[in-house]
Amino acid sequence: MLGLAKYIVSFSLIIFLVNSTVASDRKFNLGQIATKEEVAGWDIDVRPDGLGAPIGSGTALIGEEIYTEQCAACHGDFGEGADRWPALVGGEDSLASHDPEKTTGSYWPYASTIYDYVYRAMPYGVAQSLSYDETYEIVAYLLYMSDIIEEDFVLSDKNIGEIEMPNRDGFLLPDPRPDVINTQGNPCMSNCQVSTKIIGRARDIDVTPEDDNS
Amino acid sequence: MKKNKKNDVSKFKKLNRRELLIGASSVGAVSLAPKSLLSQEVNPENLPPNLPEWTQYLGDGVDVNPYGMPSEFEGHVIRRNVEWLTASAESSVNFTPLQDLEGIVTPNGLCFERHHGGVSVINPQDFRLMINGLVDREMIFTLDDLKRFPQTNKFYFLECAANGGMEWRGAQLNGCQYTFGMVHNVQYTGVKLSDILLETGIKDKAKWVLAEGSDSSGMTRSIPIEKILDDCIIAWAMNGEALRPEQGYPARLVVPGWEGNMWVKWIRRLELGDKPYMTREETSKYTDLLTSGKARMFTWVMDAKSVITSPSPEKPILSKGLHQLRGLAWSGRGKIKRVDVSIDGGKNWKTAQLHSPVLSKSLTRFTLPFEWNGEELKLQSRAIDETNYVQPTIDELQKIRGVNSIYHNNSIATWLVSKNGKVDNVRLG
Repeated sequence: MLGLAKYIVSFSLIIFLVNSTVASDRKFNLGQIATKEEVAGWDIDVRPDGLGAPIGSGTALIGEEIYTEQCAACHGDFGEGADRWPALVGGEDSLASHDPEKTTGSYWPYASTIYDYVYRAMPYGVAQSLSYDETYEIVAYLLYMSDIIEEDFVLSDKNIGEIEMPNRDGFLLPDPRPDVINTQGNPCMSNCQVSTKIIGRARDIDVTPEDDNS
Repeated sequence: MKKNKKNDVSKFKKLNRRELLIGASSVGAVSLAPKSLLSQEVNPENLPPNLPEWTQYLGDGVDVNPYGMPSEFEGHVIRRNVEWLTASAESSVNFTPLQDLEGIVTPNGLCFERHHGGVSVINPQDFRLMINGLVDREMIFTLDDLKRFPQTNKFYFLECAANGGMEWRGAQLNGCQYTFGMVHNVQYTGVKLSDILLETGIKDKAKWVLAEGSDSSGMTRSIPIEKILDDCIIAWAMNGEALRPEQGYPARLVVPGWEGNMWVKWIRRLELGDKPYMTREETSKYTDLLTSGKARMFTWVMDAKSVITSPSPEKPILSKGLHQLRGLAWSGRGKIKRVDVSIDGGKNWKTAQLHSPVLSKSLTRFTLPFEWNGEELKLQSRAIDETNYVQPTIDELQKIRGVNSIYHNNSIATWLVSKNGKVDNVRLG
């Protein structure tokens, strides 16, 4: 009995020590430990390498129907865009032109980003209502319309990190700014050689909203 | 004496009449007044030697406006949007009326709005901040938990990276508000993220933090852990009161000096990881397309910038003689060191007076007195920050970046003052 009592005492001592170790790690002792279920419910992001992609799959063949149902009203039957809603397809070879068209096909560097965004924010106004499979289907259909995958390609959590997007290498890092002529804090103060000719007036463009109050 | 007595009697009569009006509906009496009555035209009956109404009769009592509003004569000082810019009001932007503001503090109700899925309505009891990923302990904090951490109170400007984005190809919008108004400056109250992360612990491999909003756009941005630990805040108050719903109530991320898109509102989660997440916002948006067709990515800092708020297209010069030119300058790299002003399109410059407080990564107020005698002026302002960075001309930016960048246009604007005192946004070249 005495031995058992000793055992209980030392056991509680261990628990006490463990607890106090945790407490000293946490300087303020505020907040609660999140459960796995809590984290799983909110941790919806998908990274370029596919990390975070939920288990599921879909093809463009099946995706066409749900795209037409859920997306086409704003983005057009073929991803061409409607009214001022963005086009999702097209714009290849336009990025260096005077009027670049930035679409998922021409500009987005990672397929994972399309999955992540469609799942978290689309359809506009009914966010996070698509199933994982429906999201893979829609993304597959978009990639198919941009000639990035075949119609029967099965897009899934296993391969979304391997899709090669046309503009994958279109981005420059790191930030090179400040990138303008550096005058080291001592710019010209008088008789500076600048053109002061007026070459454009906002008034002539005439796109400023009218205002009753002004 | 006689005259005074007469006045006393008429005052009493008028008072009763006025009280009746108030009893009926004082609010209605104001709101039904024709617009012309609310205009700022002079009423000679109120000028000396006459006695104005407000001097004789009682005004509103306390609690007529339990939450005070600006004077009815300031009704023009409002946020405005440009409808043709966006497809829907829930994913859109409006602009701060900088031309009507003084000092450096932006009143809460005038801070420009940028939403991607409308304004979320969140009961603070239902607020949770989750921190997961490469931490020692994945944790959840309530708003009350956050308020029990050591507190920080800091002024910071928040500028949308697209502020001035419509002006890359030329002078397009004729207003100070529309060309510079995607910026505001408030005092934030909150908790340093470096303190919150002491609770979760940080794994050695953690290099990036994904910040995620709980709004219907689920706004996400990747931020380097160095910046998060340097000066980022989870804020729950602005200018002394709870965040406004449109600014992220009950809590938002504050990323001092960096582009506004990263200041995730209605924050719900921070995930620590070893690589950037390449979210929609930091790939398809908020990347700066150059003439080569390649785009700069992760251009976070807002470079030094300034604007003359008055005179400006909304603030014409109404009389000859002395005027006080007023403006704002700011830099994401630190304090404003100097602001120069030109009245001849950049040929000659004069240094303006900076008004205290001059704070790091905060709007800074400058003024410069000038005489106007009816001549044409080409007004410009040029900010220099404590790193000696000089605000560039649009030519200097275009030479390096072309005209398709959309974001990070911090160039010098020109306001043309015509001989009649009207002011226009123009492009020189």
